[in-house]
Amino acid sequence: MTGSFPGYARPTGRVGVRNHVLVLPLDLVANSVVRQVKRRVPGVATVELPFQPDPADPVVWPPVSRTLLGYLTHPNVARAFAVFATDDHGLVAAARAQGCPVEAVSMAQLGGLARTVEVLALQAERALGEAAAAPRQPVPVAELVVGLECGGSDGFSGLTANPALGVASDLLVAAGATTILAETTECIGAEHLLARRATTPELGERFLRLVHAAEAEAMTLGVDIRGAQPSLGNIAGGLTTIEEKSLGCVHKGGHAPLTEVVAFAQRPAQRGLVFMDTPGHDIEQLTGMVAGGAQLVVFTTGRGTPTGSAIAPVVKVATNGRTFRKMQANMDLDAGRILTGEASLESMGHEILEKLLAVAAGEPTRSEVMEESEFALFRGHEGAWPL
Amino acid sequence: MAAVARGRALRIDGRDNVATIVEGVAAGDVVDVDGGVPVVAVEAIPAGHKVALADVEPGGQIVKYGEPIGVATRSIRRGGLVHVHNVASQRGRGDLGR
Repeated sequence: MTGSFPGYARPTGRVGVRNHVLVLPLDLVANSVVRQVKRRVPGVATVELPFQPDPADPVVWPPVSRTLLGYLTHPNVARAFAVFATDDHGLVAAARAQGCPVEAVSMAQLGGLARTVEVLALQAERALGEAAAAPRQPVPVAELVVGLECGGSDGFSGLTANPALGVASDLLVAAGATTILAETTECIGAEHLLARRATTPELGERFLRLVHAAEAEAMTLGVDIRGAQPSLGNIAGGLTTIEEKSLGCVHKGGHAPLTEVVAFAQRPAQRGLVFMDTPGHDIEQLTGMVAGGAQLVVFTTGRGTPTGSAIAPVVKVATNGRTFRKMQANMDLDAGRILTGEASLESMGHEILEKLLAVAAGEPTRSEVMEESEFALFRGHEGAWPL
Repeated sequence: MAAVARGRALRIDGRDNVATIVEGVAAGDVVDVDGGVPVVAVEAIPAGHKVALADVEPGGQIVKYGEPIGVATRSIRRGGLVHVHNVASQRGRGDLGR
């Protein structure tokens, strides 16, 4: 594999695959500002908050603040504007301390909604022009962080797209890059396979405790996890139990050693294959991995899940030809060709890697073309789980 | 005599007692198993779903990827559909009060 691709070198030493201008709300009331700025300046990347972040909440604030800070400091972002009512809760200073060019946009200081939209639209327009003019330059593949995700899994996920993605993950890891496996509940029944690959016995133990906490949470509710795991869609696709779903799910991580376990939206400190504690919910997981620094995400899907991120390209891989053809406008690659013998796991793995490098160099994914952009905040279980 | 329809299934690991059906099959179809011997489907099995490669007694383990994925809740015949109606998960079962 070539050691570099045309990307954006950041002052922080991280590299971007896109040069987005991000307008991020830090308060619910800032959603309106963001929505109106997006209407005036369609080129900006935006997300909207699903609930009011509360710095006084010891459980919810840590994952939420990590998510917001992770977006403000994301390497795919050339310049970020943080929009808030009166208080940014220290997030702008924290982002700037990392060397990221983040502007604080206070609605109270600017004089309310209309004036804030007016000023911000002008600034965003100018920032977009600067971002568009910035040239790409060779940056190391080893600086890539790639999120590994599956959603709407079916009986073929563990046979085609997931193991092929595992091949791509192993190639990335061999090149010095980082891949993030996530979804703690989707490790139930397969945790021993991943724990065995941990670089230290302590790390393996920590990972096992985490998965068992996820299982125990389901148990203490006095119910059977099967109501949601596997989901009705998974069952219709041929998956029978959570064990079966998990065993197919962890194939995305290939065979590389597990180097680190991080909390939701936490940036990995190690390279190689990293596990992030996230819920199984597709959008929360996607948001967590992107906030943790993933510049790219590969999303395998059996049933056909259309989703994307405002700031990170998502490469969609269908697990079977039927879904690929049915949702061709949403899909980038067809791993169903492994079933027909037109491709092997190895060749498909290389195809995924080539696609990732092309996308990293600027080729738009189907999710970018379709302008699919989802965002969610995870309320977390800070302190309650053994991380 | 009319030719018997043939299907195809994928067995992932030599220890597996199930294989994944590639294109849906009907009862009586002969299913060629990649990594195993052919089996006759005793009922319709949709694409992506599992066919039993051996008879399994109630309480017997279902093995895929060389790993246990659940336990049979009733007798499963070789060639039968293996799914939620005859297999139960052994994990995350708060209802079992273990």
